[in-house]
Amino acid sequence: MKKHLLTVALAAALATSGLANAADSIKVGVILGYTGPIESLTPDMAASAELAFKEASDSGMLLGGSTIEAIRADSTCIDASAATAAAERLITADKVVAIMGADCSGVTTAIANSVAVPNGVVMVSPSATTPALSTIEDKGFFFRTAPSDARQGQVLADAVFEAGTTNIAVTYTNNDYGKGLSDSFVGAFKALGGKVSIVAAHEDGKADYSAEVAALAASGADKLAVLGYLDQGGKGIIQASIDTGAFETFALGDGMIGQSLVDAFGGDMVDTIGTSPGGESDAMTNFIKMAKANKIGGEGPYDGTSYDAGALIVLAMQAGGSADRAAIQANMMTVANAPGTKIYPGELKKALEILAGGGQVDYVGATNIEFNTVGEVNGVYRQLEIKDDKFSLVKVR
Amino acid sequence: MPEFIDILNALVLMTNYVILPALTYGSQLALGALGVTLVFGILRFSNFAHGDTMAFGAMVTILITWWFQSMGISFGVLPTALLALPFGIVLTAAFLLFTDRYVYKHYRGIGAKPITFVMVSVGVMFVMNGLVRFVIGPQDQRFADGERFIFKAREFKDWSGLAEGLALRSSQVITIVIAIALVAALFWFLQKTKTGKAMRAFSDNENLALLSGIDPDKIVRITWILAAILATVAGVLYGLDKSFKPFVYFQLLLPIFAAAIVGGLGKPIGAIAGGFIVAFSEVAITYVYKKFLIYLLPTDMEPDSLVQLLATEYKFAVSFVILVLVLLVKPTGLFKGKVV
Repeated sequence: MKKHLLTVALAAALATSGLANAADSIKVGVILGYTGPIESLTPDMAASAELAFKEASDSGMLLGGSTIEAIRADSTCIDASAATAAAERLITADKVVAIMGADCSGVTTAIANSVAVPNGVVMVSPSATTPALSTIEDKGFFFRTAPSDARQGQVLADAVFEAGTTNIAVTYTNNDYGKGLSDSFVGAFKALGGKVSIVAAHEDGKADYSAEVAALAASGADKLAVLGYLDQGGKGIIQASIDTGAFETFALGDGMIGQSLVDAFGGDMVDTIGTSPGGESDAMTNFIKMAKANKIGGEGPYDGTSYDAGALIVLAMQAGGSADRAAIQANMMTVANAPGTKIYPGELKKALEILAGGGQVDYVGATNIEFNTVGEVNGVYRQLEIKDDKFSLVKVR
Repeated sequence: MPEFIDILNALVLMTNYVILPALTYGSQLALGALGVTLVFGILRFSNFAHGDTMAFGAMVTILITWWFQSMGISFGVLPTALLALPFGIVLTAAFLLFTDRYVYKHYRGIGAKPITFVMVSVGVMFVMNGLVRFVIGPQDQRFADGERFIFKAREFKDWSGLAEGLALRSSQVITIVIAIALVAALFWFLQKTKTGKAMRAFSDNENLALLSGIDPDKIVRITWILAAILATVAGVLYGLDKSFKPFVYFQLLLPIFAAAIVGGLGKPIGAIAGGFIVAFSEVAITYVYKKFLIYLLPTDMEPDSLVQLLATEYKFAVSFVILVLVLLVKPTGLFKGKVV
């Protein structure tokens, strides 16, 4: 009984403290696929964005001492109707002023087209990379801190070709992201003079990929490019390749970069090249340090871009002088681009002070943010290899 | 003429990518189809819940495996799941008998038509489907332990000096060995024991069997227990060889039914033949023969294209096509089963 009373008291205390904060707290949606094909990446991504919110809230400088309240919603990564329903709830019921997300290209396109843009809510995706998102009718409400795959395909093709592979097999996950990346990779690889022996889609969520791998192997290629997801079909393809001895050297798109892949097959994958967005700069190193101090991985492919997405939303509202949807939209470009004082991770307090004083900032962040005219970054990529049981940097392209 | 070494390479290539996977997959399908065919032969309806019975059996076995693993019990080089399998079978059988007592028995009592039974089994399927997801979740579960490979592709290459590698996984050998043992035991049971003979009599002519004093309730119970054994073993072997994911077992329903119908519904031998026919067609039709032909054909005849009959995305369509063809040309199946 005593214990029960205590719980009630605690709940009451929590509820009232929630109410007390509500007066000056600003709600921002964080919509990522907490379940689904990239569920192993999203917790750190959300935590990175929330790290930026917390930094701004703790500074006491945000719009005269306001705080940000992050509201998470599940994009599922693959189910467009579930994702739009979740976004709808964030916008109409929770009344968020902006959305950080979504993550996978298909659901991001769906949310942008049918919920965010019609409602006039800014969306900043840290990881949707399909080239198709560059040309949607976004009325200036869609931004992304991860570069388009048109560039990634080129970078991966360069890296693979320079490493001496001239004949490659390509398999991609059968969705917007996989198709977009595969098209740009195949185009770039052929342009370099390489040969693409087979391009085959794979479906996620199967138990058995041996038939797919048998077809890929029989094409006679030296290397297999896997442009999929590490918790899904991409992993199944690698598993089946290693099981049958079909391939042991791979080229991996950014969706495949994660420690869980190395933990599962590290020793069996040789000569493997991967790409993931983000440069290796002092800013990135500082961000990783800061993330680790807050018990966040920080080294995931989209942790830096997630932090930057969160920071940009905060700075845009400060520059606009109010936490409303239109003000955020109007100021996204100005806080991200020159002119202004350059702002790096951990310097949000300084940026908020400058903006409050009427000055200008140029947010650089962890991943060297500079928006082009459609609100996207051009992006630098890290070329990775597997070494000592983890992905390590070869060079930045 | 191709050189001897090229022929060897071509053979190894086929074994690694077509024959071994198809044999394994075929054994798993055959066990599944046997369960479907037994239920059809004796209870006279197509049991759509069979795929999810496999998922249920595999799930129970996985839970017991995890418990064993946490207590440090292992089976040496063999997967612990094999130790857990008998317990999984017992629980699955209990669950099927429970379902029969509270669901199917009612419909037998009122003399429902076969199509009603089919619809009832669809209902049971959805319940089991939800139950499995509720207990273990919809994600992939890994429960395989022990030695994964008997030999790896690279080891084979080094040993044989051939250009092509051949990998043999322990799960493939376990699947084939257990399938053979189980099928042999089942046939012995059906042919030699009194209960088995009674079951066959019941299947051939129900009224005559009842007149000669066969206890129908006992036959029904035994059938469900056999179905539980077959489903659990098939489910666990599939999970060990590939991976366990509830949704996948639902998808398996199509090739399993295709296998049972190709062989002739109600005919155990047909279910086995059907399982291998479906498995070999799926793998062989979607295979890329380019490399195989390069080994065998003279240099000037080597193909440039992939020589693939059907892209792998359409793998499941193969079962459909076989099903349609058989129903059009020979509706009773290869071994003269019952007409649906």
